[in-house]
Amino acid sequence: MADLSTDFLGIKSPNPFWLASAPPTDKEYNVRRAFEAGWGGVVWKTLGEEGPPVVNVNGPRYGAIWGADRRLLGLNNIELITDRPLETNLEEMARVKADYPDRALIASIMVPCEEASWKAILPRVAETGADGIELNFGCPHGMSERGMGSAVGQVPEYIEMVTRWCKQYYDKPVIVKLTPNITDIRKPARAAKNGGADAVSLINTINSITAVDLDDMCPEPTIDGKGSHGGYCGPAVKPIALSMVSEIARDPETYGLPISGIGGVTTWRDAAEFMVLGAGNVQVCTAAMTYGFKVVQEMISGLSQWMDEKGYSSTSDFIGKAVPNVTDWQHLNLNYITKARIDQEACIKCGRCYAACEDTSHQAIAMKPGRVFEVKDDECVACNLCVNVCPVEDCITMEQLAPGAVDERTGKTVEADYANWTTHPNNPAATAAE
Amino acid sequence: MGNSPFTPGLAAGRLPAKDLATNFGDLHPPLEHHEAVVAADRCYFCHDAPCMEACPTSIDIPLFIRQIATGTPEAAAKTIFDQNILGGMCARVCPTETLCEEVCVRETAEGKPVEIGRLQRYATDTLMAASLHPFTRAEPTGKTVAVVGAGPAGLACAHRLAMKGHDVVVFDARAKAGGLNEYGIASYKSVDSFAQKEVDWLLQIGGITVETGKALGDGLSLDGLKADYDAVFLGIGLSGVNSLRAEGEDTGNVADAVDFIRELRQAGDLSALKIGRNVVVIGGGMTAVDAAVQSKLLGAENVTMVYRRGQDRMSASEYEQELAASKGVRIVTHAMPKAVIGNGAVREVEFEYTKDGPNGLEPTGETFRLPADQLFRAIGQRLKGAPDGLTLDGGKIAVTGAGRTSLDGVWAGGDCASGGDDLTVTAVAEGRDAAEDIHAALSA
Repeated sequence: MADLSTDFLGIKSPNPFWLASAPPTDKEYNVRRAFEAGWGGVVWKTLGEEGPPVVNVNGPRYGAIWGADRRLLGLNNIELITDRPLETNLEEMARVKADYPDRALIASIMVPCEEASWKAILPRVAETGADGIELNFGCPHGMSERGMGSAVGQVPEYIEMVTRWCKQYYDKPVIVKLTPNITDIRKPARAAKNGGADAVSLINTINSITAVDLDDMCPEPTIDGKGSHGGYCGPAVKPIALSMVSEIARDPETYGLPISGIGGVTTWRDAAEFMVLGAGNVQVCTAAMTYGFKVVQEMISGLSQWMDEKGYSSTSDFIGKAVPNVTDWQHLNLNYITKARIDQEACIKCGRCYAACEDTSHQAIAMKPGRVFEVKDDECVACNLCVNVCPVEDCITMEQLAPGAVDERTGKTVEADYANWTTHPNNPAATAAE
Repeated sequence: MGNSPFTPGLAAGRLPAKDLATNFGDLHPPLEHHEAVVAADRCYFCHDAPCMEACPTSIDIPLFIRQIATGTPEAAAKTIFDQNILGGMCARVCPTETLCEEVCVRETAEGKPVEIGRLQRYATDTLMAASLHPFTRAEPTGKTVAVVGAGPAGLACAHRLAMKGHDVVVFDARAKAGGLNEYGIASYKSVDSFAQKEVDWLLQIGGITVETGKALGDGLSLDGLKADYDAVFLGIGLSGVNSLRAEGEDTGNVADAVDFIRELRQAGDLSALKIGRNVVVIGGGMTAVDAAVQSKLLGAENVTMVYRRGQDRMSASEYEQELAASKGVRIVTHAMPKAVIGNGAVREVEFEYTKDGPNGLEPTGETFRLPADQLFRAIGQRLKGAPDGLTLDGGKIAVTGAGRTSLDGVWAGGDCASGGDDLTVTAVAEGRDAAEDIHAALSA
């Protein structure tokens, strides 16, 4: 059986599934339950400065969007960092870490952008025996209005500065948590690295309004007739997170910088996808908030089964394995030509492929008597929309035209050689193929 | 002292009142809101949807289901009523398993179609519960139309004509409007006086007068109607019942299934209704199933449905047959009645087995008898009392196009007209289409 244990920055955990800093990790009671359920680690709910804790709203903190049967697809929140006293959290962290030495316990921290504030809190966190810290430069709501959270994460210079302070006053690993509410994720990642960060974690939540109450004209969640943007997470954000993780993983300036992947991890497969794109482990929140801590059991069994099937004995065997295959559009092979193929046996004749292609794509599917749908090779550009809208898995597939075959759409013979946009005659900036 | 299923002969109150209430409750309880949303989400919104094609009234099913899924069941109901003003009743009585749901691609994919019938009921119930009538009349045309028969065909025709601005008078022989919806359908398919509520709701369009207790040959004549109105629509159904042509069928406790079904529907107190301990129903259609199942639900100990041909030829759908079987009705096929035996009242029925031969059904010579305290005939209805002068075709009023009869200015639709399949939904389509044709003729 595969070994799921991970060594992330020297922090060992029995599996790569950590709970992200969020409501599930707000106190000892929850974290103990999480560890009993099998989670490999937790990032404790973000700590603030000594003194009176922040207060939360007393109305709804969460909003959501749903798919079929109210399956939760996206969740947003306007909850702030921990609203419990710093001392209480620190005491609890120390107790839990002592009782679960084999699990990772990371302290998430958010204090003002002043050296003194960081200098004050770091030794106290160190006393708990926590395995490392995560700098919360991500939360996009509430705290950002006070110059913290994503307000820091959006300014690479601040990231670098604060990271440097932390490396100076704390001797265990420092993870910088990034906000996706920026235009180029590589900039803050580079800043973190320049500041000496041991790793980055991403993504934090995305600015969002989940819905609007059309009777009251209020954004949701609504507090006494008003709403504020919240941080969006859950399955819906996974594609955004995967892309951002991969950008950092393949950026020459941050290449090799460890990454903790966050954003919509709901199943073992999601976790594996983050990891092959460069994440050394993953952090989960919404799945646990939706289904409870027990979901980790499926993540563990699923990842383990997949590793066995693929012959991976340890997680390091596959971490980052897909990174070399993430490239720029201009390097995609333009001589790779496919055509849609409809399996008539599997087809249930709903006609969605036809409607999609006829109305919104390339008129490349014919509807014949008896509701038989056939691809017109001379029109098919292989866009994949028919595959995406077909309700039957594997009913429509993309089949590669072998070199030497003729593409009926262009009348040209498929070439065996790789060729991309950089050398294409239509590209004004094309360089000679030589 | 109380009666039970084992009480000999005919007896009322074989079951406690609470069991009767349960037995005659809604066969398919309405979908709750969340159930409806989940059920609606299963629809693939097919292109040129097969379900829509299979619906005799061509309801835009994918559209109405999407309207439910997006939280606008009232709009969904409007989509349904645009095509089928009796969409509420059809949601309850349509054999969806042989129409829209049979061709649903989910049936192909998983053997479980989208629950179109129940979703239709959800939408139509929502709108009707709000007492909303989503149609208004056009400017009055000054034209008048007589509709004979207030069944599904007549009501659909009347509504569409009223909407076009014509003034309509609907005549019906019985005390209430609704036709078979009111008198001819098993109680558990239309509970809580739905048929009457639907008629009341339909009449909200305005411009329709209903006159009950009037029939052709009984206060009305086709010539008189033709003289008094600009057009006439006949939706008079099939009021004659075929006889068994078996010896002794005139004896006591032998009745037409349609009469039994009607009495049951109109009964105020089911525990006062007498039913036999041993009931035999002859026939293989929906009427036979309705009579057999309801006999069982009233507390008959043994109910047997006997059909002269094979099961594959029964006009009751597979679903209906399974319903009957699930309620404990025994179905005997390939047997035809030979004699009704009894002194003053039926005691036994003698059948002879049949087989399919080269020249049709052949008796095999082997006979058997079933004990029977009550025998219901359900071997089909026929046209009765059609006015003279109308060309008939196969025992029904011959029609061409959208219900045009051989007489100028006279249209017909529903069960009494040639073609069609004797379904409520088909009657609605025919009534509606005849109305459009009448409107075109009156506007010319």
